[in-house]
Amino acid sequence: MSSSSHWRTRRQRLALVGEQCPHCQAMLFPPRDICPSCHGPAKEPYHYGGVGSVYSFSEVYTAPDAYEHYAPYVVALVQLEEGPLLTAQLTDVEPEDVYVGMPVEMVTRRLRAEGPEGLISYGYKFRPVPERVAAH
Amino acid sequence: MRDVCIAGIGQIAVGEHWDRSLRDMAVDAVVSALNDAQVERPQMLFVGNMLSGQLSLQENLGALVADYAGLRGIEAFKIEAACASAAAALRLAYLAVAGGMCDVAVACGVEKMTESRSDRVTTALATAADAVYEAEQGVSFVALNALLMQRYMHQYGYRREDFGGFAVNAHANAAGNPWAMFQRPITPEQFATARLIAAPISLLDSAGIGDGAAAVVVMPADLAGQPPRKPVRIRASASATDAVALHDRRDPLVLDAAALSAGRAYAEAGVGPQDVDLFELHDAFTIMSALSIEACGLAPRGHGVGLAKEGAIALHAAHPMSTMGGLKARGHPVGATGLYQVVEACLQLRGEAGVNQIKGASLAMTQNIGGSGANVFTHILERCW
Repeated sequence: MSSSSHWRTRRQRLALVGEQCPHCQAMLFPPRDICPSCHGPAKEPYHYGGVGSVYSFSEVYTAPDAYEHYAPYVVALVQLEEGPLLTAQLTDVEPEDVYVGMPVEMVTRRLRAEGPEGLISYGYKFRPVPERVAAH
Repeated sequence: MRDVCIAGIGQIAVGEHWDRSLRDMAVDAVVSALNDAQVERPQMLFVGNMLSGQLSLQENLGALVADYAGLRGIEAFKIEAACASAAAALRLAYLAVAGGMCDVAVACGVEKMTESRSDRVTTALATAADAVYEAEQGVSFVALNALLMQRYMHQYGYRREDFGGFAVNAHANAAGNPWAMFQRPITPEQFATARLIAAPISLLDSAGIGDGAAAVVVMPADLAGQPPRKPVRIRASASATDAVALHDRRDPLVLDAAALSAGRAYAEAGVGPQDVDLFELHDAFTIMSALSIEACGLAPRGHGVGLAKEGAIALHAAHPMSTMGGLKARGHPVGATGLYQVVEACLQLRGEAGVNQIKGASLAMTQNIGGSGANVFTHILERCW
């Protein structure tokens, strides 16, 4: 990603800002200009709480460029409490401990670095919520 | 709209073609399709391709392939729809001919993958996904399918091993296909113990990437001729889209675009899923087979895997699938795959499928899926002589 692309998406990537459609109340993340449910303009920011649960997960052994030295790592579809699904890595967790339904919360972490001189990409990852996982 | 036929087919074996370039392979497929159709010069060429810009630093494929195929001067286009690029090229050739804009169009699919480092290819394939909200999170294309498979197993109570039937069937059929990349059978035990790429997906859930090119000549039915030519009628050509990102889907375990495009194709052809003699489905991963089968109405939701477990997809069973090896074992040169499916369906309908011939096959369906289900093309083909 370019630096302007990082800048453009900083709210959603660093603060989980999505939208709530003012017409049909659909909860949207990531944000988009047109609501996929009612097709009306969707430009009302909504700050997600950052808490959700694992909808599905995978442990990646063969990684794309720039992610190889993190492998193996766990990626997941996370369902936010407010409804939307998003795609993110899980962190601070052993792969064998992950399960569908695991409670997780958003943290800001380094996603990748473009070499020693290049941009460092930060964004959201999710980690287990310890007090809620213990009940599993 | 005019009735449209596939008047000629061409393909090269899928494999590691270190001696043939991107353009060489495309030209081989185009020229053999033109020879098969006994046509010298098409008016339009549609080249399906996904990765040439990224892996070969070559775009402008329409003009390049037209020139090297000796067709300088004709209209030519590169068509991109991720792994469905080749079926998208066929769809446009079909529209051009059916709509009366030209009488001879060629659809070609080509991909060159094996001369690039595997992490480059992994990165390039991930461009089929949402660059900001999927790929930037470190999610490979395999991992997206793994997320689907894990959820499917959780929701419907399957184990990894239950998906093995798709891969075992594909490899059994590839053993009889001289154009296939992996012409050897595998056992359920090999499937169960294969190396994981992105859990729960292993090497043997996944189609092997390769170099390849396939092409067809598309003509109006009244000009396509009679035997010794063996025209195959395009009874339906349909496509539909869905959200690119998995997390933006109505329900990740339902391929809405596959269901829409299959539904449109059935309506256009006036047939149903049970009328189809063979189905070349998009078995890039075993989970995609299950979801495609369900979307096409061949099994209820959550039961797509059952078809493979019960052996219902074998060559001489009720619903033959991947009859020449599928993406899994014929190989998956991504932007060419959709036309391999169509060429293979034509071989079956022409009675030229060799030891894999399905006796009396008269109606075939192909489905080519771009991305994790974002752009889906369904064609229904019929023997017409």
